[in-house]
Amino acid sequence: MSKRSATRRDVLATSAAAGAVTLLPGGPVPAADDNAIRPFRVNVPEATLVDLRRRIAATQWPEKEIVEDTSQGVQLKTMQQLARYWATEHDWRKVEAKLNALPQFISEIDGLDIHFIHVRSKHENALPMIVTHGWPGSVIEQLKIIDPLTNPTAHGANASDAFHLVIPSLPGYGFSGKPTAPGWNPPRIARAWATLMQRLGYTQYVAQGGDWGNAVTENMALQQPPGLLGIHTNMPATVPANISKALARGEAPPADLTPDERNAWNQLDFFNKEGLGYAIEMNNRPQTLYGIVDSPVGLAAWMIDHDARSQEMIARVFDGKAEGLTRDDVLDNVTLYWVTGTAISSARLYWDNAHNPTGGFFDPRGIKIPVAVSVFPDEIYAAPRSWAERAYPKLIHYNKLDKGTHFAAWEQPQLFSEEVRAGFRPLRK
Amino acid sequence: MPAASPTRRELVAISAAIGGVSLFPARFAVAAEGNATRPFRINFPDAELIDLRRRIAATRWPDRETVKDQSQGVQLAKLQELVRYWGTDYDWRRAEAKLNALPQFTTTIDDVDIHFIHVRSQHPNALPVIVTHGWPGSVIEQLKIIDPLTNPTAHGGRAEDAFDVVIPSLPGYGFSGKPTGTGWDPDHIARAWAELMKRLGYTRYVAQGGDWGTPISSAMARQGASGLLGIHINLPATVPSEVAAALAGGPVPAGLSEQERAVVEALMTSGKNGNLAYFTMMTARPQTVGYGATDSPAGLASWILVHPGFAQWAYGPDTERSPTRDDVLDNITLYWLTNTGASAARLYWENGARGSVIVAAAQRTAEISLPVAITVFPEDVYRPPETWARRAYRNLIYFNEVDKGGHFAAWEQPELFSAELRAAFRPLRKSI
Repeated sequence: MSKRSATRRDVLATSAAAGAVTLLPGGPVPAADDNAIRPFRVNVPEATLVDLRRRIAATQWPEKEIVEDTSQGVQLKTMQQLARYWATEHDWRKVEAKLNALPQFISEIDGLDIHFIHVRSKHENALPMIVTHGWPGSVIEQLKIIDPLTNPTAHGANASDAFHLVIPSLPGYGFSGKPTAPGWNPPRIARAWATLMQRLGYTQYVAQGGDWGNAVTENMALQQPPGLLGIHTNMPATVPANISKALARGEAPPADLTPDERNAWNQLDFFNKEGLGYAIEMNNRPQTLYGIVDSPVGLAAWMIDHDARSQEMIARVFDGKAEGLTRDDVLDNVTLYWVTGTAISSARLYWDNAHNPTGGFFDPRGIKIPVAVSVFPDEIYAAPRSWAERAYPKLIHYNKLDKGTHFAAWEQPQLFSEEVRAGFRPLRK
Repeated sequence: MPAASPTRRELVAISAAIGGVSLFPARFAVAAEGNATRPFRINFPDAELIDLRRRIAATRWPDRETVKDQSQGVQLAKLQELVRYWGTDYDWRRAEAKLNALPQFTTTIDDVDIHFIHVRSQHPNALPVIVTHGWPGSVIEQLKIIDPLTNPTAHGGRAEDAFDVVIPSLPGYGFSGKPTGTGWDPDHIARAWAELMKRLGYTRYVAQGGDWGTPISSAMARQGASGLLGIHINLPATVPSEVAAALAGGPVPAGLSEQERAVVEALMTSGKNGNLAYFTMMTARPQTVGYGATDSPAGLASWILVHPGFAQWAYGPDTERSPTRDDVLDNITLYWLTNTGASAARLYWENGARGSVIVAAAQRTAEISLPVAITVFPEDVYRPPETWARRAYRNLIYFNEVDKGGHFAAWEQPELFSAELRAAFRPLRKSI
């Protein structure tokens, strides 16, 4: 791959021009080049959208859950409110236009097409950053942070805090290709991301992620590819081994936990007991989820039931309360999974991770480079500073926010952007 | 429910007519208000069958799995072939006719309509047995044992081995009602079954079950249901506590026999291979599972076929081998037409904290004093050793491992299964 570096400059020209949101390639990209970076636009056929609405309208529903809360899964009322809005008011073309207003590209890495948004800041010395989404997310989660991060002066921040942004779709997700063989676990994705950043000509950059994005980002930090200065995570893997073991065995919490540690224990205990079903299913039998490729409502329910707090927030949104995400946000993302037919290919990331294991999801990985951590209170667990300090010897930033769920960038873009600016400030020379 | 009790005798007459089998109860229960037993027939409108075919034809498929085996779940090519047949040549009306050829009833117990097949033997002194299916099963699993059990002389058995057979649909399954409140766990169902047998006038009977049928039959025994003489189970809860701890990640206990060690290793492998993922998901989120399973026929089929009981099922190329492709589609279609994808999954949620159905302590087997009979079918989800069975069930009257058959024993090996029931319950008949 590196022998093709002659085209690198062309490619950069392409992306720079595209960065101005006009998609006029600055130089021809040779089609035969393995390292080619091809401009990409989204254009879902109208028939797909018509079929989607038809299917939503024809949904065969189960009866109502037999409890008055979400303890059996997403409530029927929520799903019916969602379906009504989805079939009658939601407009995919709006988010399609939003995506197409951004410079998007595809490049083949390790045999797979990788889709990414690439927005360069107009500010000199902007810090390049690769931001990775998770499941059940997509690049749509990151749309609201693009302007605050690339154009900070329009958002009350300094030019010196500007970022160039690279936002890829994970393999099997969104507009990236679907792997046809096993093996695309987080370490492999991390290597692909390093290749992508190198291909884009970035020699000094940082990485950010939550959910699977954290696993990928932390694996980059472990691999220490040339140019990676540090990472920021909003879902850090900090749980000490004795805590994980005690939780797995159903033991009582150690007596000497601080209040923050005890809070994290309680959140993890709840997640292990009540919240892991979907992950265990996808770890083991992703292909069994035929129903969520064939049923829009089945897909939406499966995606919304990610974690208790974000589900409650989304349910409130469909019940007419304005907070965090909008109905359109939620359905833009679900529709992206639908139109790309990626419900199962995305679930395979769990299977690939479980079958090429690199430790538990929240196990510290032994990262030696600088790490910045932002803790949003309604994340699956709120990592205490004490655990973060142990997990990351070079902890350059730690902050607990007072609001925000699992989908921090999506739900609290302002806070999130401030955190990323503050988190990486020490790494800018 | 309506005070329709005067009709009890009429109902029996009706069911006799419907069943075409001799249906004269030896005794009549006292007809009390709300205890009515109503004849039941199945007749789904054509429109529902047409809609099912339309949905099947419109299935939106994923790309194929990235492995060459079923380790990621039901394989695309196999499911597509099955679903193609389901949407074209498969005929639900044949299943419906089979069911309607049997005396079926509903009766309301604890505010839930319970559907059941009730076939009485022509032989005097037949032993009444209530047979309970599990998930992802239904009464369709049990159809092939009805004649061997009620009419043993036609199947190489003896008249004195005859059974009167009661085969209910679990609450939330098939043609039974769907509970709208919580609490229908296996213990509650067990009490309802005792009430059902009482309503049918049976004062001496036995119970049989595999899968959820085991915890339910066992709960009947633990509760000492009035008239219950003993139970036969084919997925017994024998796993000792120290082995359960090992399966949860603890040390493997010392002193296991070679056979016990092999069972422990098989259970560990099964767990590692993800065979319990569906169990975890339905325990945690039955409603979330329900949306895709009730809206997508292919989704329902794949969710049902992921049960490890189908791991060896070959999708029906051998038309002699039970369950056939039609048998399995009868069962899946039953779930579809009754829209029970979510309601059936709720039994896992109800079981919840009780935990594993194969662990003796979790199922409180030590509290069972009634006679217990066990048949081990070698391809079931585990092969309990007799040593564990003796520890778990202090009054074990029968233990036999047969040479073939799996999780759906009554469905797969109806003759063998029936022979096992005859042998297992023979010692209890004397007490009638």
